[in-house]
Amino acid sequence: MNTETFPTAKAGAELKAQAKALSFHYGDFQALKNIDFPVERNQVTALIGPSGCGKSTFLRCFNRMHDLYPNMRYEGEILLYPDGVNIVDRHVDPIEVRMRISMVFQKPNPFPKSIYENVAYGLRVRGVRNRSLIDEKVEEALRAAALWGEVRDRLDDLAFNLSGGQQQRLCIARALATDPEILLFDEPTSALDPIATAKIEELVSELKEKVTILIVTHNMQQAARVSAYTAFMYIGELIEFDDTKRIFTNPSSKLTEEYITGRFG
Amino acid sequence: MMSSILPLKHPPATLAATPGTLPQGWSAARLRRRLAERAIETLLLLAALVSVFTTAAIVAILVWESVVFFRTVPLLDFLTDTQWTPLFDDAHFGILALLSGTLTTTIVALLVAVPLGTILAIYLSEFAPFRVREVAKPFLELLGGIPTIVYGYFALLFVTPVLQKIYPELPGFNMLSAGLVMGIMIIPYVSSLSEDAMRAVPMHMREASYAMGATRLQTAVFVVTPAALSGLASSYILGISRAVGETMVVAIAAGMQPNFSFDPREPAATITAYIVQVALGDLPHGSIGYQTIFAAGLTLLLITLVFNIVGHFLRKRFREAY
Repeated sequence: MNTETFPTAKAGAELKAQAKALSFHYGDFQALKNIDFPVERNQVTALIGPSGCGKSTFLRCFNRMHDLYPNMRYEGEILLYPDGVNIVDRHVDPIEVRMRISMVFQKPNPFPKSIYENVAYGLRVRGVRNRSLIDEKVEEALRAAALWGEVRDRLDDLAFNLSGGQQQRLCIARALATDPEILLFDEPTSALDPIATAKIEELVSELKEKVTILIVTHNMQQAARVSAYTAFMYIGELIEFDDTKRIFTNPSSKLTEEYITGRFG
Repeated sequence: MMSSILPLKHPPATLAATPGTLPQGWSAARLRRRLAERAIETLLLLAALVSVFTTAAIVAILVWESVVFFRTVPLLDFLTDTQWTPLFDDAHFGILALLSGTLTTTIVALLVAVPLGTILAIYLSEFAPFRVREVAKPFLELLGGIPTIVYGYFALLFVTPVLQKIYPELPGFNMLSAGLVMGIMIIPYVSSLSEDAMRAVPMHMREASYAMGATRLQTAVFVVTPAALSGLASSYILGISRAVGETMVVAIAAGMQPNFSFDPREPAATITAYIVQVALGDLPHGSIGYQTIFAAGLTLLLITLVFNIVGHFLRKRFREAY
């Protein structure tokens, strides 16, 4: 592979995180192969690729989600800036990583609790007891997730009473309430209808002012719409990383071109 | 109808011999399938009816015989008298004297089984490494398979002497020892159902919690346990039913004297212990002593029924559905 296809973001751009020679194994199976990957601060970076290419696996390295399951192994580094800590180092506590990097999942997965308690959860597990501070943070997060107007009068309702799109925005609010540095989205709209999807996409574009975003998507138009950078992955390898515009108009790799023109995947 | 869409394997000419009984266009194969299915359905229905009928028959006999009992003993005496001496010349029929024993031993048992069973379930479902779980579960199930008579002697001959070292005035028969051992006995019932309920909580729920930076304990306590609450409630209700209906342990270790007391240090008879005691004696059929068995049995049935109904509503009320 030609390293020329990996411009490490634009010159002068500030990196929020960077994967260096990252590999990941499930037992004997190597799911990620030697990935180098920059994440620019306050930008949206999209990961695309066919099913099973490892894009979700890669995303879940950023909050050490894999640590919940046995028989896995990270190799290489993901450096989180400004302090440059290697978050996949086995000596780094995954809980501390997750305190800084939040995640929104593929299927909306609110807790079986009230709307308010869902958003307050991250603060509660951090030991925040101050009621007015929690109130304030919950409102702020719900506003940021464009949900406040719809739920302000029913904060004590069960989260499951919300529609699918609202539930997903609730999950975004939950992830935002603790002021994460990076927000990971794992195909956040794959379970939603087109209108709810449009709202989430709009939200993603707005949120980059506050937080660095990494989004895995099945939907190439979505990547084109929301992201500044796009990475194309295939069978555990990073094939190409570039400006989103270039990836979709003039990709350097033949494989990328075949994928985005719909010839496979 | 299938035959109108798909071409028939057997043309209509080969249909069954009595065309009048068959709907138009039915093949012999279809008829055979239909009959076989009917036969199996009927068999299954009969199997289900056996259990329904047995339950109904038990309830009917209990009620029938109790009605005879209550013709002699006023219901008010039965419910308010605090003595239970049906075989004495001065006969009293106060169920409270037995009920107090049943309730006291049950409460002691639950104080043991609910916390330990729940903690065990949380450990097995959320913390235990795979190997530990694979070893621990069969042992737990073994605990549930020990004959209750063994538990009874364990209570009488081991637990009571140990308790007497701590508290020398404790009588040889007491409700505390019986309750404690009964609690140990029902731990597997509580823990195994609770664990099933917790493991049924979908993984994405846990992932959401961990992704927010929660620890294992926080995830177990704030997310998994509330989500599994309806299952936990069921397991507690099952535990209560087991404790209320348990016979051997209390008959052996708690003594058999009816005693209206809620002090676990005292000896007492429970409803079940009384039934065993009387049923083993040579009571003439139809005597009042004989009828007390059914009145006591009906009381027992009503208690478990009440707990099951309460459990049902608790489940509905506190359910955190996912």
